[in-house]
Amino acid sequence: MESKTHINVRNLNVFYEEHQALKDITLDIPDKKITAIIGPSGCGKTTLLKSLNRLIDLTEGVKVSGSVFVDGENIFNPGVEVTHIRKKMGLLSQRPCPLPMSIFDNVAFGPRIHGIKDKKELQNIVEHYLKETSLWDDVKDRLHTSASKLSIGQQQRLCLSRCLAVEPEIILGDEPTSALDPQSSLRIENRFRVLKDNYTIVIVTHILRQAKRLADYIVLLYCGELIEHGPAQEFFENPKEKLTKEYISGVIS
Amino acid sequence: MGLRNIELRKLEEIIFKILMIVATVIITGSLAFIIVIIIVKGLPAMKLSMITQLPKGGFYIGKEGGILNAIAGSLMVAGGATLLSIIISIPVVLYINIYRKKRSRLANLTRFSFDVLWGVPSIVYGAFGFTVMLAFGIKASLLGGIIAIGFLELPIMSRAVDEVVRMVPSELKEATYSLGATKLETSYKVIVRQTFSGIVTATLIAFGRGIGDAAAVIFTAGYSDYIPDSLSQPAATLPLAIFFQMGTPFPEVQERAYASAFILTLIILVISITSRIIAVKITKHTIK
Amino acid sequence: MNSPRLLKDRIFSLLMQGLTIASCLVLVLIFICLLVKSSPLLISKPLGELLFSTNFRPLKGEFGFLAFIIGTLLVTGIALIIAVPLSLLAAVFLSEYTSGFILKAMKSLIDVLSGIPSVIYGLWGILVIVPLIKETIWLLFRKSVSGYSILAGGIVLSLMIIPVILHVSIEVLQYVSRDLREAALSLGATKWETIKHVVLRKGSPGIIAGIVLGLSRAFGETMAVMMVCGNVARIPGSLLDPGYPLPALIANNYGEMLSVPLYDSALLFAAFILFLIVVVFNIISRVILLKVERSIQ
Repeated sequence: MESKTHINVRNLNVFYEEHQALKDITLDIPDKKITAIIGPSGCGKTTLLKSLNRLIDLTEGVKVSGSVFVDGENIFNPGVEVTHIRKKMGLLSQRPCPLPMSIFDNVAFGPRIHGIKDKKELQNIVEHYLKETSLWDDVKDRLHTSASKLSIGQQQRLCLSRCLAVEPEIILGDEPTSALDPQSSLRIENRFRVLKDNYTIVIVTHILRQAKRLADYIVLLYCGELIEHGPAQEFFENPKEKLTKEYISGVIS
Repeated sequence: MGLRNIELRKLEEIIFKILMIVATVIITGSLAFIIVIIIVKGLPAMKLSMITQLPKGGFYIGKEGGILNAIAGSLMVAGGATLLSIIISIPVVLYINIYRKKRSRLANLTRFSFDVLWGVPSIVYGAFGFTVMLAFGIKASLLGGIIAIGFLELPIMSRAVDEVVRMVPSELKEATYSLGATKLETSYKVIVRQTFSGIVTATLIAFGRGIGDAAAVIFTAGYSDYIPDSLSQPAATLPLAIFFQMGTPFPEVQERAYASAFILTLIILVISITSRIIAVKITKHTIK
Repeated sequence: MNSPRLLKDRIFSLLMQGLTIASCLVLVLIFICLLVKSSPLLISKPLGELLFSTNFRPLKGEFGFLAFIIGTLLVTGIALIIAVPLSLLAAVFLSEYTSGFILKAMKSLIDVLSGIPSVIYGLWGILVIVPLIKETIWLLFRKSVSGYSILAGGIVLSLMIIPVILHVSIEVLQYVSRDLREAALSLGATKWETIKHVVLRKGSPGIIAGIVLGLSRAFGETMAVMMVCGNVARIPGSLLDPGYPLPALIANNYGEMLSVPLYDSALLFAAFILFLIVVVFNIISRVILLKVERSIQ
């Protein structure tokens, strides 16, 4: 454990009522790379992702043991301030989820609650992050119209801008392209490739090809267990586990 | 045998269908008849003075005047009560939905008690309100009416708001939390906006129930021929005005009851239509 | 930078928690308040006499509530007997055999009418139902009655609760899934049989809930009933006799004859009975609902 990364998962167990969704997961997520969590549906991918920023807390009847260290701090410690953890991590959900307000206010929401009041500054922030996701040209004339009027692909890019505006170090994506058309998916993927120079990105995906295209590091879950994890090239070309081979070749899915 | 069986089955369907049509016609007919009667009786009795004037001397034996006192009183009582129930119900509903898990014990207990309170008769709120007022030395007044009607509206409002807040997709909460928002910020900056049209509709429903209720104000608000200019003065209300006018032996005064009923119905209709329009219109930023 | 926000969150959290607990306590508060206020009566009179005697002569210190309790039960009962079958039949017709404009128009009418104040229903009762009863009885039996009766109260009340029951029932029936209907139809059931055996059965918890809502509304309804049911403190011999339900007793007398000893306490005892019945009723209906829901799954 010489060079510690941003996120370290240690012996993480998650239970929903009786069902154990994650079994003793221990994992280091590499910095400034794209990590893809893959596996069949219902294997705990989303649970693992949501454990990283403690959105798992919202689920009814959930119990967690073990720890997740973010920058060396166990976020499941009782005294930890959750909002502070979450600020460090942006989230892109399956379906884009704009807040019920205008495009401008969506992007400005994060900076505003974190204390930026100055109008000019907010305008600059909004413009900068909308440009970052190449949405600016599409929306610059209607910044004050409702975000729900945008197309679904635009909404997802807006959500990305909104999450970047909080200046996170980590971006979490829960199958962020699954609701989008191929064109919009491609745009988001391209954004991720650029963003990984500055951010640690973790995405959940059930599309093997997407993981191959995009990821530098792969984590394979199966029935709540961590089967194999490693750099993408090695993972796909030289899998160590039998289950991994079967999964890659499509025998199990 | 088999064929007769089929015929019997068909016959049963036909009989029930006839019964259903009869029931629907009876219901529609009588319900529509209520509105028709109010219009037929009320409209001819309407005079401009009814809504512009206070009762003058001898109003209750058929002389000049109007029921401006009751219109204003009702709006004040129901308005105040609605404000009171907004102030209480919105934080409570947000608390049980955002701060607590939806199925937590406190959330369940709160929902249960609102369900029970919803069924408590308004006369009980009236009697309860009056004893509370006696305990605090408040006389029958605008304030008393607001408190009693406020209790009556609280469960109506809370249940309606809870219904819409519960429907908020969890993704929206997750999106807000993942930006580092606190629960308070999530509540009033996002959830309230998302459910705004539902809250407005709930407010109007509660206001409508409040303005139409007589049993809860009968001893808490009192009655007066003037518009109250402070919380401690008694306030007339429309339903009571109708009740009192109907109870007199003078036909001229009973006519006024019809006109008052017409006015009250009109107010209720306006509220009902407004809430429908709002339910459609104010969804500008709402996420489905 | 962060701490003021978090502090604010914490403070509001506590305030909101306080409000939530306070609003749960309203129920308890009403209970205690009414109990305390009716205790003078409860101490001086045996409960059996209060509930089962028909002698209500406050000036002589006699407080028997039986006539009022029976009045309440009769009026509510009549209202349910009229409203439940009519609403159910109409709900099935509207949700299964009509669609589009008619359904929409009816739903709007129902919604509007469920918002009409009870005084208006009472007024309508005086203008329409009371004379109707009077005329009909005269025509049929050549007997003169005032028309202000238990029956008039029940009819007016039924019209008040029909919108409530109808609204809930239509929603519930529409919610029963298409798959379930199609499954039944494809087994050779007629449309009516499908409705009878599948749709109504599946919808029964919701419909029961709707009837319970209607019943609670009917039970404590004051003004409309008071205006048409005659208010005579005797056990009615027939449906055409006047009756005197509990809420009307309170509304007519409270605040006026407080100088009579125990009278104030007696009226609050009446409110206490109403309150207790509503609460107990609510709990029982919840238990029944849970059972029904389980039995159809």
